Amino acid sequence: MIPMLLGVSIIAFGLLSLSPGDPLAAQRGNPQVPDELIRRIERQYGFDKPVPEQYLRWLGRVVQGDLGYSFKFKRPVADVIAERMAATLLLALFSTLLTWFLAVPLGVWSALRRSEWPDQVVSVLAFVGMSLPSFFLALLLLYGASVLPELPLIGRIPIGGLVSPGFDQLGPVARVLDVLKHLLLPGVVLAIGGLAGLQRVARGSTLETLSQPYILAARARGLSDRRVLWGHAFRNAANPLITLLGFEFSALLSGAAFTEIITSWPGMGLVALEAVRSKDMFLVMATVLMGSLLLLIGNLLADILHAWNDPRVKLS
Amino acid sequence: MNGTTGTFSRLRSAFASSPLAKTALVVLGGLYLAAVLAGWLAPYGMDDESRGHSWAPPSSWHWVDGRPSIHPVSYTFDENARRVYVEDSSRAVPVRLFVNGRLFGLDSLEAAATSEGGASARLYLLGADARGRDLLSRLLYGSRVSLSIGIVGVSISTLIALVVGGLAGFFGGWVDRLLMRLCEVFMLIPAFYLLMLLRATLPLDWDSRVVYLSIVLILSFIGWAGLARVIRGLVQSLRSADYIVAARALGVPPLVILRRHALPQTFGFLAIQATLSIPGYVVAESGLSLLGLGIQDPQTSWGNLLQEAMSIAEIRLHPWSLIPGLFLFAAVLSYNLAGDALRDALDPRSDR
Repeated sequence: MIPMLLGVSIIAFGLLSLSPGDPLAAQRGNPQVPDELIRRIERQYGFDKPVPEQYLRWLGRVVQGDLGYSFKFKRPVADVIAERMAATLLLALFSTLLTWFLAVPLGVWSALRRSEWPDQVVSVLAFVGMSLPSFFLALLLLYGASVLPELPLIGRIPIGGLVSPGFDQLGPVARVLDVLKHLLLPGVVLAIGGLAGLQRVARGSTLETLSQPYILAARARGLSDRRVLWGHAFRNAANPLITLLGFEFSALLSGAAFTEIITSWPGMGLVALEAVRSKDMFLVMATVLMGSLLLLIGNLLADILHAWNDPRVKLS
Repeated sequence: MNGTTGTFSRLRSAFASSPLAKTALVVLGGLYLAAVLAGWLAPYGMDDESRGHSWAPPSSWHWVDGRPSIHPVSYTFDENARRVYVEDSSRAVPVRLFVNGRLFGLDSLEAAATSEGGASARLYLLGADARGRDLLSRLLYGSRVSLSIGIVGVSISTLIALVVGGLAGFFGGWVDRLLMRLCEVFMLIPAFYLLMLLRATLPLDWDSRVVYLSIVLILSFIGWAGLARVIRGLVQSLRSADYIVAARALGVPPLVILRRHALPQTFGFLAIQATLSIPGYVVAESGLSLLGLGIQDPQTSWGNLLQEAMSIAEIRLHPWSLIPGLFLFAAVLSYNLAGDALRDALDPRSDR
């Protein structure tokens, strides 16, 4: 795990040092910042040294837990990342739950009604969901939410951001509700994107399990369809799905970026874009490393879940 | 792998038995044909602007003297400082076929005459953008970029994957270990972050052809690693096949064996894989251009056009700026449907 992350950091650092532009351009252009200060910052972070030395210095600081300073946000990178990571994880969790609650029953249903109209309708819809680029879907839903009249229970669906203005004055319950309302739009966009793949796997896996001899045996003993499905077939059919959960989660980290940007959800994707645009070197490095780390953790999670649900698999 | 005739007839029956897949092929064919003929189909040039028609809505048709015509339009501002277009119904300009060397449009002389209120006629089937450029024309020109970039990108990344995966699988040992570690590291960086990193290394203000090329290169750089690993596995399993061992014994140089005998065996798989990954490239280009990091104005692509719809205020005032997204959706859906039928036809494991 560590050597892989080292490799990622070398590639990212190398690419960044190839890129034109100056991380201190804004400070240099500001007449209020004295040249002396800029030279001091340069010396402090080693911007005047050759690239390999810069990298080693950066690595040395990261090992000590110092991710550096963000020149764009004028705060330590660690603080910015922690805040944004929480937002991204919240969004990923919410949309994963939403996807699963919709996709698994739909998949099982279309497997039970194989080749009948429900199966066909669901599979066409799945293709549509799979083919809608997340940013276009986000734009469509934004437009929809903006023309929608006030809804009875929810009120207006917020069109972007994490919280409403005046969030600090709200009580605890109202705060949770406010964040949930803001989650709705990006969460639905991501859920629709993930729905199709999961539904297809759920359908295929249920079909395969239902054709096994032990299902036939259970049926022969006179068990009801419901008992056969939920008591015998489902847990085995869920095997590949559970493996997918980890991958799904890590895919969300990358796939959520466009949705975050368009719905201005202040997560890792949005901060990565802002960091790259303003050449905020240390922030870019931190977002790339954190993204890779989360991907690794997601894959690990997939392995662990797989071993937990399937006794035939052993973790070595 | 089956023989060519077997493969071909399986393909034909897969597409014949699925009306959806057939429709998808027709839609894709239409889109590509439109992209090739863009210069003739589009009523205006790519960068043909008309400042007097900023954000003009889609033209409304009128039947005047037995001919489809449109009225000249001009705008005023309402009390909320929003643009309101009004038609000058006293004058009608007919929409003609085969005019100005294009399929259809307004005769330039007839359209040029302005009426008293300063209104001039311009044909906007799908509305106009901020500089009064025709959205339909820009869509057609933009489809050249959007539709070609997927194919070019997939070809380049397949080529990289073939070289890396082939070398690693065929030679094994430290070559294999080194190349595979490299693949794993690249696969570990989430695609969006890699996209951002690579884009940061290239300046935005280059010549448009260079920007196009650099975007293609960036996109190919993202997809190659996963594919290279699969090719390595395929080549590795071929290494001990009798005919490869025989070729070796005959003293054929290793690189010739790899190029002539081992790699061609992976082509069937690659064809499916490439088709399935084209829509990913198309979407990635659009996303990059949407964020302002891809194709730059006045050059255009579907993603670049969708940039006009990025803010909610803009979409509410001119909802037609969402139309490029529909084209993108149609292309991606068709690719997915066709790719699915292709997989069913060529992949023996997918018999369901």
